[in-house]
Amino acid sequence: MIYSLYILNKAGTLIYQNDYGPTEKLSHNSYIRLGSTFHSLHAIASNLSPVSGSSSGIELIETDTFKLQCFQTHTGIKFYIIADPNHPGLEEILHGIYELYTDYVLKNPFYEIEMQIRCDLFDYKLSRLLKLTTD
Amino acid sequence: MNRPQTNIVDRPVSKGKAEVNISSFAFLFSEMIQYCQDRIKAGHELEKKLSDMGYSIGPRLLELLCVREKNSKRETKLLGILSFIHTTVWKSLFGKTADSLEKSTEAEDEYMISDNNMVVNKFISLPKHLGSLNCAAFVAGIIEGILCSAEFPARVTAHNVTVEGKKFPKTVILIKFNPEVIERNI
Repeated sequence: MIYSLYILNKAGTLIYQNDYGPTEKLSHNSYIRLGSTFHSLHAIASNLSPVSGSSSGIELIETDTFKLQCFQTHTGIKFYIIADPNHPGLEEILHGIYELYTDYVLKNPFYEIEMQIRCDLFDYKLSRLLKLTTD
Repeated sequence: MNRPQTNIVDRPVSKGKAEVNISSFAFLFSEMIQYCQDRIKAGHELEKKLSDMGYSIGPRLLELLCVREKNSKRETKLLGILSFIHTTVWKSLFGKTADSLEKSTEAEDEYMISDNNMVVNKFISLPKHLGSLNCAAFVAGIIEGILCSAEFPARVTAHNVTVEGKKFPKTVILIKFNPEVIERNI
């Protein structure tokens, strides 16, 4: 089961967030804070790497209660999903989400780049993708 | 080696390469809309701007399709030109025919062409404050250009129509002919 999805722009601002599982709803500000915190951790992690300049930051965090998989695009946008610990194929799902983002967000003339994503078609395709993959 | 020279007018008319990458088109169309948006004062002007852009394509498309598909003959009957738009024009623009062509039940001079999945709207989600806008206004402009240059002057507009059981509305192109066209047709 997938719990939630976050999309951060290259400055670390949360531009999209949605919960899918029976997770507890947080306040809007908490989501933004969680997003920024992850962005910072990601940046620190890539600097902490013993081999300089070769780390791309956090890709996967595994815990007893959840799993977090992150995918960063070449333009610095980060997609990460939080799922239950034994959910398979998270990487493929993230690629699928990236594809939907390039189609239904970037090709939408009314979307301003780096800003909040509010696109009905994106929401719809996303819910279809996630339903398809969690079944 | 000399290849025999054939005169260009003796060669068969080229069928034309019909397909364009959907992404390239989507990006170009998206830029067109943003270009228009930067040059308008109020929301409703956007439709007019898009329609104007389409309008100039109409006469060229009519000319081209008449030569390629119709043996250089142009439709002179009202129903003829409408079905020409519904099938030939739609096929050359979008690779399929439109979903339906209907006559309005309310007005004598109105016809509707509807399409459930308009190619131009494939990637477009409208923001809340522009809910009634349909970017197929561009296509409506093309149709208006075709009709006007074929001597069937009309007003053509694009509308969103919600369909029961579907999440996203379909596009209806409304064609309202000028009175003289209807008179002539009776």
